[in-house]
Parts: sequence; C-alpha cells; structure tokens
Amino acid sequence: MDKEKSTVSEEAKQSLEFSEAPPRVNALRRFLKVFLGRPVVVIGAFIILVLLILAIIPGWIAPYDPNKQDLSIVLLQPNAEHLLGTDALGRDLLSRIIFGARTAVMVGVVALGIAAISGMILGLIAGYFGGITYAIIMRFIDALMAFPVMLLALAIAALLGGGLVNVMIAIGVGMMSGYARVMCGQALSVKENDYVLAARSSGASNIRIMFRHVLPNCFPPMIVLMTMMIGMTILFEAGLSFLGIGITEPTVAWGSLVNDGYKYLLTHPLLSTAPGVAIIVVVYAFNMVGDGLRDAIDPRLRGTF
Amino acid sequence: MGTYIVRRILQMILVLLIVTIIVFLMIRLLPGDPILMYLTSSDLEEITQEQVDAIRHDLGLDRPLFVQYFDWIGNVITGDLGNSIIHRGKVGDDIKRRLPITLHLGGLAFIISIVIGIPMGVIAAVRRGTWLDNILTSLGNLGITIPVFWLGILLIYAFGLKLDWLPVFGYTSPFKDFALNTQQIILPVFCLAVPPIASAVRLTRSSMLEVMRQDYVRTAWSKGLRERAVIMKHALKNGLIPVVTLKGMTLAAIVGGSVLVETVFSIPGMGRLAVEGLFSQDYAVVQGVILVASIVVLVTNLLIDLSYGWLDPRVRYG
Repeated sequence: MDKEKSTVSEEAKQSLEFSEAPPRVNALRRFLKVFLGRPVVVIGAFIILVLLILAIIPGWIAPYDPNKQDLSIVLLQPNAEHLLGTDALGRDLLSRIIFGARTAVMVGVVALGIAAISGMILGLIAGYFGGITYAIIMRFIDALMAFPVMLLALAIAALLGGGLVNVMIAIGVGMMSGYARVMCGQALSVKENDYVLAARSSGASNIRIMFRHVLPNCFPPMIVLMTMMIGMTILFEAGLSFLGIGITEPTVAWGSLVNDGYKYLLTHPLLSTAPGVAIIVVVYAFNMVGDGLRDAIDPRLRGTF
Repeated sequence: MGTYIVRRILQMILVLLIVTIIVFLMIRLLPGDPILMYLTSSDLEEITQEQVDAIRHDLGLDRPLFVQYFDWIGNVITGDLGNSIIHRGKVGDDIKRRLPITLHLGGLAFIISIVIGIPMGVIAAVRRGTWLDNILTSLGNLGITIPVFWLGILLIYAFGLKLDWLPVFGYTSPFKDFALNTQQIILPVFCLAVPPIASAVRLTRSSMLEVMRQDYVRTAWSKGLRERAVIMKHALKNGLIPVVTLKGMTLAAIVGGSVLVETVFSIPGMGRLAVEGLFSQDYAVVQGVILVASIVVLVTNLLIDLSYGWLDPRVRYG
C-alpha cells in the first residue's frame, strides 16, 4: 500500500518536473555541464580514451613485442631502454602492460554485454508479464545472486575449459543478476504508463510493446548501471587471470602479470605492482565516469546502486 | 512479523532448491563426461571402455537425470558431497575442515565493514563538503577500485618483507596459538574488508544525504533537536535501509574475494580449496564448495532480511 503511494508521488514529481523542464537542447547542455563539471570525471574520460587507443593499436605504441623473450636481459631493473624493466624471460614489462589493455577492454566489454543483454531481457520479461513469470525468473535470479561471482565464474571456467571466450561468458553469467533486478524494477513501473496502455489499445503485440515502448524508457538507469559496472567487470577479469583461470599465454592480462611478478617481489617489486597500478587507474577512471554519468543523467539514482 | 518470517523462510527454501538444481546441472549438462567426477583422466587411459561403462552403471550415471538429482540431493542432505578423485577422501570432510577458516576471516571482514564503513559514511554525509567528507569519499572510491590480490601483495611487501612486522603466509588455528593466529590474519582480513568498507561508505553517504533532505528530518531540526538526536533517531534508521540490502550482496562478494586473498596469503580456506579443485580437475570439490558457499550466503541473507523487517515496518505488514 505504502509502496503504491510512493510510486504515485514519484510519478507526480516526475510529471511536475517534466512540465517545468526546459527544452531538449538545454537538457543536453545541462547534461554536459554536470558531466564535464568535475575535473575528476574529465580526467577519467581522458584515461578511458587512452585505454581504448592502447587496446586498439597496442603494437604501434608498445616499444617491444610483449612476448619476445631474450634470456640475455632477464629481470632487468628499470632503465632507459626498458622503462619498467624486464621479466624473468627478458620480456619488456611496459610493452606487456600496454598489450594487457587489449585483454582488459575486450573481456570487460564483451562480459558486460553478455551480462547486460541477458539480464535486461530476463528482467524485462519478468517485470512486464508479472505474476508467475515474474516469480519464476526472479527466484532464478535470487539463486544466481547467492553464488559468489568469483566462484561461479571459476566453476563455469572450469567446466567450459580455458580460453578468453569462456572467461567472458563466465563473468557475464556471474554478473547478470544485478541487471535483471534493476531492469525488472524499471519495467514494473514503466509498464503502468499511459503510453503503454495506448500502444496496447492500438493493437500492439506484447513483444512490440516490450521492445518499442517499455525497453527504451528503462534505458537511462541501465546505461548508468553498465558504466558503473565496467570497472567491476575489469576487476573480475583481473582476479580470474591472477588465479590463472582461462587466460593463458600468449595472451597478456594484467592479473596474470601481477601473479607472474609475485615470485620476484622481494628483488623486483615493480613486476607485480606496476600492472596492478594499471588496473587501479583504469578501474578508477571507469568508476568516476560512471558516477559522473549517473549525476548527469539522473541524480535520483544515487541511492540505487 | 510471524507471517513475514515464515514467508521469507519458504522463499529461501525455494531459492535453495533452485541453487541445488543449478549446481547439479552445472556439472552434468555442460560439456564433458560426468564420469570425470569419479575418474581422473589417467584412470581413463588405463581401463577399457567396458570397465568405464560398468563403473558408469554402478554409479547410476546411466539413469534419467532427475533420478540422479534426487539421488544426489539425498546424499547432500546427509552431508555426503561425494568423493574427491584426487585423494579419494570425502569432499564433505575437506569442506568441514576448511570452511571455519574462511568463515573466521570473512566474518571478521564483514563485521569490520559494518562497524567502520557505516559510521564513516554517516560522518561523510553529515559533514558534507568538508575536507573530512572529501577524504572519506576518496577513500571509498579508491577502496572499490583496488584489486584485493594486489593490495595483499603490496601489504606483504611492506609489512612482511620490508618492515618484517607480521608473518605473511599461512594460518594457525586460534585455539592452538591465538597470538600467532591474530598476527597471521591481520593482513588478509584487512584485504577482505577494504572493498565492503568502501561500498558501505559510498552507499551510506548517498543514502543519508537523500534522507536528510526529507521533510521529517527538517521537522526534527526545526523542533530544535540536537544534531545527534536528528541523525541518530530520525535519519539513520531510514538511511540504513539500502545499506542493509547491500550488506546481503557484500557477503557473496567477501566469499568471492576470499578465493583471491587465500591464494595470496597461502591460507588453506574454502576459496583456496575451490582453486585447487579446479586445477586438479576435481569437480566434486568445486561443486561442493560452490554449494556450501551459496548456502552460507543464503542463510545469512535470510537473517539480514529479517533485520530489515525490524528497520522498515512496511516490510512486516506489506
């Protein structure tokens, strides 16, 4: 009962804000003003841009081939030729970190896509149809949430075998429950709108209403959620590759670099700490941009994620 | 409240049932012969196809899937999680030995994350815009960013190798040597606690800011109540509702994090067991760990949800 009341007042607030809202151009300008208003968000966006460039053309930027072994220069300390030194097989650490960006971006984006698309579809179906469909899907999602993502990913990677694709699937399945829940909540409230009723009375099918009318109106929080989750997805990828699950040579991943360098911690601390710094910088950038995007799109989402 | 508790418990049993079905199917339906749960690949090279089929029949793997499921679940309820293919011992015994270690570390991290994280978030919200808020917010943002395994390595380097203050590996039972145990768990528990502290700070802060804008808080202020009374009596209870929901998910995250932290610190806990099981292709072990871990998460979530009913009366009567 109270819940209903609060959604009604929420809608009333929305319509009030809508009637006062300035024209669309100004909305965009306001979005940019809030989004670009904080320096940390701008810096984050810049870091992400650099990351994407590194991921697309690592070969042009890295000074050496990341997998070229040279046993005459093993475990060099940082110097002018090898800015971060070399690893136990004489490979240039900086080049390996640069190539690791590709793995992080690829796994991050694909796993995020798998999680978001599957979660969104399940959440949309559950929220739109309600009733028994809702109950079945959401109990399934509850069960999925009871599994620690790391363990679930580990088990899936174990069963599907190694390889980059399986790691992506494992992380994607592990993380889809959050999207399903948010999407379901959105769909539950969006479907009550008059335009959905209008669409139904003009004879639109369920599929059409779901994908043409309900889904697009659920997008803003989903986009925010996705941006805020990229960082976490990259962290999971790093964790799995640190354990040595799924990602194997010659693919370079930041987590496995940290693990490789761990053995030489006392004498060559940079080998395992430097790739970790790369992870932190990138994840921090994504988190900050996610926060900025949330504030710019809809500050009311603040408490939700 | 009574019906709420009963409804919540029934719901949990249903979810638990789905969890067991997923865990069961995970091993049976995915590519790979389930016989691998019982034989190592070197076993398979040594024996003939007929022998394999005979073993398959003895184990009941040629029967319909749902019969196998009820067989399996019957064993699970009596605590039999199958045998390890590596040392032939019972997986249940392995888990019984290692679960307390993970619960010890994870439980401490969980409590610390509540005791430290929530007050930090409240302070940040109350002192919004001050240097204190800036520091706490930045720490929160950093804490959800740092990979726990990297943090562990950094701490080992600083406190173990350079300063030589703390032992950096292993785990001794607190009943055997309490002092050594305390020294050994400081760093891993800290690593496990950092991400949940950080997410608690972030969420508590934003949720408290939201609540402090509400009319009833303004009323409390205008009645002339002191800040302490306004925050503790009027704002906090409502501000904590989303945080309690988060705490349920935190637990799964801590158990997941223990996989990494136990690896870094060579702690023989359940997370480490899962990784070992994975690398020796001991699927019964992986299956057992994931089942027990999710049961722990579900039961704790139930307790958290019941406390939710105490915080938010709407839940009780809704």
